[in-house]
Amino acid sequence: MEPPKERVKFIQTDLVLPYHYYAGDYKALYLRALKDKKILGSKCSATGKVFVPPLMSSPDAHAPCEEIVELPDKGIVTTFCVVNVPVYGRDIELPYVVASVALDGADVSIYGLVQECKAEDVEMGTRVQAVWKPDGERQGDHTDIKYFKPTGEPKAPLESFIHRL
Amino acid sequence: MSRAVAVVGVGQTHHASKQPDVNCAEMVRIAIDKALLDAGLSHEDIDAIVLGKAPDPLEGIMQPEQYLAGALGAHMKPIIRVHTAGSVGCTTALTAATHVASGLYGRVLTVAFEKQSEGNAMWALSPNYAFTPPMVAGAGGFFAPYCRAYIMRSGAPSHIGAVVAANARENAGRNEHAHLREPITVEDVLASPMLWDPIRFLETCPSSDGAIAIVMANEELAKKGPRKPAWLKAGATFTEPMYVPGRDQVSPLAGRTCAKHVYAKAGIKDPWNEIQVAEFYVPFSWYEPMWLENLGFAPLNEGWKVVDRGDQKFGRHLPVNPSGGVLNTNPIGASGMLRFGEAALQVMGRAGEHQVPGVKTALGHAYGGGAQYFSIAILSTEL
Repeated sequence: MEPPKERVKFIQTDLVLPYHYYAGDYKALYLRALKDKKILGSKCSATGKVFVPPLMSSPDAHAPCEEIVELPDKGIVTTFCVVNVPVYGRDIELPYVVASVALDGADVSIYGLVQECKAEDVEMGTRVQAVWKPDGERQGDHTDIKYFKPTGEPKAPLESFIHRL
Repeated sequence: MSRAVAVVGVGQTHHASKQPDVNCAEMVRIAIDKALLDAGLSHEDIDAIVLGKAPDPLEGIMQPEQYLAGALGAHMKPIIRVHTAGSVGCTTALTAATHVASGLYGRVLTVAFEKQSEGNAMWALSPNYAFTPPMVAGAGGFFAPYCRAYIMRSGAPSHIGAVVAANARENAGRNEHAHLREPITVEDVLASPMLWDPIRFLETCPSSDGAIAIVMANEELAKKGPRKPAWLKAGATFTEPMYVPGRDQVSPLAGRTCAKHVYAKAGIKDPWNEIQVAEFYVPFSWYEPMWLENLGFAPLNEGWKVVDRGDQKFGRHLPVNPSGGVLNTNPIGASGMLRFGEAALQVMGRAGEHQVPGVKTALGHAYGGGAQYFSIAILSTEL
């Protein structure tokens, strides 16, 4: 091999790191349900608060969350960000909206894209519904929900979601 | 009963988007040599070493404490590595302080660094957890929704973020080590591209290469030093999980609790009037008014009024980030220790051109993760 013509200032190393993660029974249940267009959460036995994705025990009360509950695929955009900068691992057209979505009946939010509307039409309080991959394409992972879209229902009042950003 | 802890030496590299003349080991060594020189000490005087840096994916060097053991001077000495994301620098300094306070070690060297030019920070800070729907919007994308919620609930006018950014840059102009020093106006900030609405380009911290090292000592050894040390009056770290029902992500409970804890320990009843300078961790402009509230310097939803009045500027009532802060210098792992170190330098009266006159008590602060790790230190001229 020829020695490099330019003076060596750095070397480039690419890392490829394949992992496989065990979901555990709770998350496995949740992932399998996504395939059937169902969103599962778990209820804290001490506080009654509902977590999605389901947790085996609650992070605040440290109590078991044995009761699995099904949640609707509708909720509220609690807060959001309009992304105008390309981000590694998110290959979609700019700008796009990433939102915290509080599903109806859940006490914590999940992240989701908001599409089928202009970025400037998204507000804190906008009601949204999940748009799923078609039957036969869902695999039991987070990409089964493609994005959320506005339902056109009236905006939710601030006090109904400010505590679950 | 814990023992008194003093900062006896501080050293930092210059900070830049790239330091191609040095590798990680050489870069941390520059900061260490400067800190030891500052303290009038050498490696033999050090009993233990505490290293901090942000996630390993930033440089792709796994377990840097192994590779760096030689450069850190850890030969035949204990070493520990601390990791709490963005807050790590301040938490690392407090871990070093605990080593001294325990009475087990007389002098401890603590070091924090990041060499962001060697990897991809946007990737490293946007992890994709296997069982949680991903955000994948970069660090700014993560914090922008909380800034939006702050603006909504406080009613802050939209120019406040830009005022913070322009002032921070003016401050950085007085700090010879700062990464970004070219002056910018409020108009420049408002005209800069909107990256993560509501956060604009000039309201966002840079990616920096840089390191800081601090030498701490117990009372007896500190009093033997060549000059007056900075005494650590109080320090604490509090954490909250990311997903807790009813969590206030805008003014997190862990931050408020941490502040109350250190004020009680340091005997501070009125932080606004008893602290003369504060170094907050402000990676995005809106976090300055948010932390003014969270840390008890302003009532809830009124932090932006302090900024609007200019009371946090250099030469005014409570200068915030006279160093220019994270908005102008951000080697992530080192950023929290820079807040601690700058607070110590202010107390020692050795901050140079950005020295605030008459500082008796200074606050250093850092936060990290999903605004969930908080570390605060109170430094003082008096033991």
